[in-house]
Amino acid sequence: MEHVVGAINYIVFFAITAGTYGILSLGLNIQWGFAGLFNIGIAGFYALGAYTAALISGPPPSAWDGRMVAGYELPFLVGLLAAAVVCGIAALLIGIPTLRLRAEYLAIASIGIAEIIRLVLKNESWLTNGVWGLQQIPSPLYKTIRGGVTALLEAHPDWPPWAYDLISKSYNWFYLLLVIVVLFVLYLVMQRLVRSPWGRVIKAIREDEDVAAMSGKNTFSFKIQALVLGAMIMGIGGSLYAHYARFISPSSFKPLYGTFLVWVMLILGGSGNNKGAVLGSFVVWGIWAGTDFLTGYLPFTASQAAALRIIFIGILLEVVLLWRPQGLLQRERRLPKFLRSDADKK
Amino acid sequence: MSRLPQLIVYGIISGSIISLGGIGVSLTYSILGFSNFAHGDIMALGAYICFGVFVLFTGLGIGNTPIGPLSFGFSFVLSFVSALALTALATVVIDRILFKRLRKAGSIILMMASIGLALGLRNILQFFWGPQPHYYIEKIQVASVIPGLGIRIKPDQIFIIITTVALVVLVHCFLQYTKMGKAMRASADNIALARVTGINTDRVILWTWVIGGALAATAGILTGIENKFITPELGWQMLLSVFAAVILGGLGNPYGAILGGMIIGLSEEVSTAFISTGYKPAVAFAIMIIMLLVKPTGLLGRRK
Repeated sequence: MEHVVGAINYIVFFAITAGTYGILSLGLNIQWGFAGLFNIGIAGFYALGAYTAALISGPPPSAWDGRMVAGYELPFLVGLLAAAVVCGIAALLIGIPTLRLRAEYLAIASIGIAEIIRLVLKNESWLTNGVWGLQQIPSPLYKTIRGGVTALLEAHPDWPPWAYDLISKSYNWFYLLLVIVVLFVLYLVMQRLVRSPWGRVIKAIREDEDVAAMSGKNTFSFKIQALVLGAMIMGIGGSLYAHYARFISPSSFKPLYGTFLVWVMLILGGSGNNKGAVLGSFVVWGIWAGTDFLTGYLPFTASQAAALRIIFIGILLEVVLLWRPQGLLQRERRLPKFLRSDADKK
Repeated sequence: MSRLPQLIVYGIISGSIISLGGIGVSLTYSILGFSNFAHGDIMALGAYICFGVFVLFTGLGIGNTPIGPLSFGFSFVLSFVSALALTALATVVIDRILFKRLRKAGSIILMMASIGLALGLRNILQFFWGPQPHYYIEKIQVASVIPGLGIRIKPDQIFIIITTVALVVLVHCFLQYTKMGKAMRASADNIALARVTGINTDRVILWTWVIGGALAATAGILTGIENKFITPELGWQMLLSVFAAVILGGLGNPYGAILGGMIIGLSEEVSTAFISTGYKPAVAFAIMIIMLLVKPTGLLGRRK
């Protein structure tokens, strides 16, 4: 029974992380999958969202912090919205100079902004506490749930140890529920959005920007909107991470690995398909966690094992690009109902 | 401000290295049509190949008595040259295995593949050599003072500048005066048209990788000489500066990459007089963004 409880606790932990990645993947899907915008600064937006949420909802600086400001202890939702807004502004700043140009420029600028965000988090101790990071970020409803659980367990001292183990971790169940609700709401909004007239325009831009412009659409403005929207979703992902981890530091956000994992998730799942984005995040996080487990059996040092896992994910990406570029789930083809019969004949 | 002449010297040294990296990025962009994000890690690969060959030569008993005032000797120079050839070969092999198959998939897919390659290469280096620094040169070299200017410079740094100038002149002559160089310039303008006129574009692509790979390796090894050590992160740390240089000079123009590299190198070093050294990449980034706002085609770029 202990093993079962251990497995359940691990699965809950696994699903919280995979779900958070699913949110990032949905954000990237609106940028890349639907609008064709090549953002490789995801880790930057993720970190920015996490830090914003932590500074808005977290405690004021303690006596031994290098940080001098912020920590307003505002509600979770305020921090979440602030994270989205700040990430949106950062996206706007790189979108304006680059989105009139070829895809390369956004790619380079997005790597650049991610690197700058990392440098600021590391160097501006007055705001971010530098490499020591931010501690004691409150998890929503933590005290209430912990209090309830403790009371319940104290009332039933006769329960077996495995039940004790299971129930004492029940805050994670709540957090999983929270992540899934956010993921599901975002998924529904995205599904609705990509099927709306707005969605049709950004898909048209992805397919052929000139044609979209010829149809009288301000493609620059639509691309900015898609970039900002995607970045806002990534910020929400970051805020969920901060409130779960309760401690964040610049080293929690490896500049390229985070970005890279999300890209592999989206490409493998199927870019341009929101179900694919979410599916990919669970599959790739499963592979990533699985390789952690497997390299434990190999006679390598920790740094070699880490390197090996990334090489493996790199090869996975190249294999998908070479042999299944559409990913696990293909793009949805939605045609007007009058055309549908024609398409079926083909 | 009394440090200014000294910072300019440092700027020229780092600008040289950035330029060498930039030429490769620029050639790959103009001929193969994509931004190669693995270029930084190819630099690191070159630096590690040089280190590996050097260790091998030292093991074989080839002497490394310093040449003149330099801090390294014949064995290291031999490793340097071998590393250029081996890195060029490695990039050609990578092109055959990966990029060639994706050529028809479009520039963004190629970019994505290059990001996968970048992480793959860096972690292969980390796997075999570990994340810790490896020392090219253990000895500390004393900088000589150039009288009158108040500049201190080491013989190794003069070597870096001379090597860069020599290679830039060589690349210039190759592009301007050889048949392959002309074919490369034609392919950069319009690869389909070049193919129609009978240019063997496969050979052009091969040469693009050979030159880009060898110059990247040079940039990596020179970074190792300047810093005295190498780490697997060496290339990634320079990537932003290299791309900023290429964009500043005009994406796709190798001469622009050299000019851009010098400007970025100088600005990064001179900026350290005013702001924290940690923000060097931010300076490169700011210059790049300003350039994109003012003239996106870059200093030497043409409107297509």
